[in-house]
Amino acid sequence: MSGSFLRWIPRVASLLLCLLFWQLAASHHWNLGLVTFANVPTPVAVIEAALGLGDSGKLGQHLGSSLGRVFAGYLAALIIGVALGLAIGRSKWAEDLLLPPLEVLRPIPAVAWIPLAILMFPSSELSMVFITFTGALFPILLNTVHGVEGVDPRLIASAKSLGAGRRAILLEVVLPGAAPSIITGLAIGMGTSWFCLVTAEMISGQFGIGYYTWESYTIQNYADIVVGMLLIGVLGMGSSLLIKRLGGLFTPWHRPRGKA
Amino acid sequence: MSVFQHLEGRIEIRGLSISLGEGDTAFEAVQGLDCQIEPGQFVCILGPSGCGKSTLLGALAGHLQPRTGTLNVDGAAVAGPSPQRGMVFQQHTLFPWRTVRDNVAFGLKMQGIGKAERHKAADEILALVGLEGFAGRWPDQLSGGMQQRVEIARVLVNRPRLLLMDEPFGALDALTRLNMQELLLDIWTRIRTTVVFVTHDIDEALFLADRLLVMSTRPGRIIEDLRLDFPRPRSTQLVTSPEFSHLKRHCLELLRHEDGRQLPRLNPLGLPPETKLPRFAL
Repeated sequence: MSGSFLRWIPRVASLLLCLLFWQLAASHHWNLGLVTFANVPTPVAVIEAALGLGDSGKLGQHLGSSLGRVFAGYLAALIIGVALGLAIGRSKWAEDLLLPPLEVLRPIPAVAWIPLAILMFPSSELSMVFITFTGALFPILLNTVHGVEGVDPRLIASAKSLGAGRRAILLEVVLPGAAPSIITGLAIGMGTSWFCLVTAEMISGQFGIGYYTWESYTIQNYADIVVGMLLIGVLGMGSSLLIKRLGGLFTPWHRPRGKA
Repeated sequence: MSVFQHLEGRIEIRGLSISLGEGDTAFEAVQGLDCQIEPGQFVCILGPSGCGKSTLLGALAGHLQPRTGTLNVDGAAVAGPSPQRGMVFQQHTLFPWRTVRDNVAFGLKMQGIGKAERHKAADEILALVGLEGFAGRWPDQLSGGMQQRVEIARVLVNRPRLLLMDEPFGALDALTRLNMQELLLDIWTRIRTTVVFVTHDIDEALFLADRLLVMSTRPGRIIEDLRLDFPRPRSTQLVTSPEFSHLKRHCLELLRHEDGRQLPRLNPLGLPPETKLPRFAL
């Protein structure tokens, strides 16, 4: 216990050091040649901006809109990613049919989707959801395929010898066998979903943390930009942690070795 | 032991050949096997590595198809895996996501038997293999010997006609292996199912079997068919008796007679898995 407590000291100290560096660099307008801190707001200014956002009463609306979009896109990515991943991992036929177009779409960044998303979807809300969806889909899909292919063929053979049919093999062997890998994909996908939020909310007219960040840049409110960035970072980290915790509850057998 | 039970588990093998691999790399793993195994018999198959003894077992389990010849169990051709032909692998294949009890009850769950009833049956079989009190553990929390006992229990819960074992104790340490052999004989005297036990350990084969089939190197053929009449119940003292040594020498000569080239290990699912490159970078 004291060991793990001691480890928190350098962790917190490291964060504080970063903050100190930021404060010094920004308040003295350091110019380090390649990078200049002349226009960077100080941590104190950022805290003031954050309090200002809290007072304005818009924080709730921004958070609500962003959370709604991220979770809608993420949920769609979860369902489609896991379903496609299971199909591709289990069947050569599905792999040949589905994987080539997905491989072409995969490297396309979220920003590049903006114009098409606006053209393709009737509402800007749906196009924003679509962009967070593209961010989460591929990590979930690829980790599911990876997990399904990693299932020991001997386990499947054993299940068949014990009388399992196709459905039972999928539900009782393949899905739990791939579960740890799927959960990793879900945690990564949650991160990338937030990652795409600013991109998505460039389309938005009014609310959302990504919108707030982008808007602050266009009206040159530099402290507000950092508030938006930090909010996205904290929310992304929090929801990824939540997914990992939930995943741990669903896979009680999957524990790091050496704890028993 | 009922008379009815004793009539189940007859194996008839006629002109059986099995090919593995595809295209140019295809080869015959076993060739022209003819053999009949009586119900309730304990048969060991002994042979050098890669001789196709596990391949034959895989075909009996229904995981591999014969190229030519027939394979009948109780008069019916083997078509695909079935709970009546239970298979135990060298490395356990317990589901890590199921407790020991749920692993053992898996076959009953597949038959649609209710939870309370299948857990009761699982606990009974676990007692038979000496694992009362471990039902709630995860498989990863057990030792290698215990995992193999659960594996055997999981197969036996289906009351199979055949118990097919592919070097089931090969990965265990010497002492655990001896204990497991005695335990297996003890179980077998209570549940008289036909056992086909593949091994490359001569001592193990002679200690366990009623009948010993020795296979040649690839393509595998049966080169010796021995009846072993050592009285039962057998104990480890048997291993040091003169008759035992005599038979062991005979088996050693049979196996040494082969030219000694090393073949890759085969398994009941066919060829050893290839090391596949990941198809995409994650």
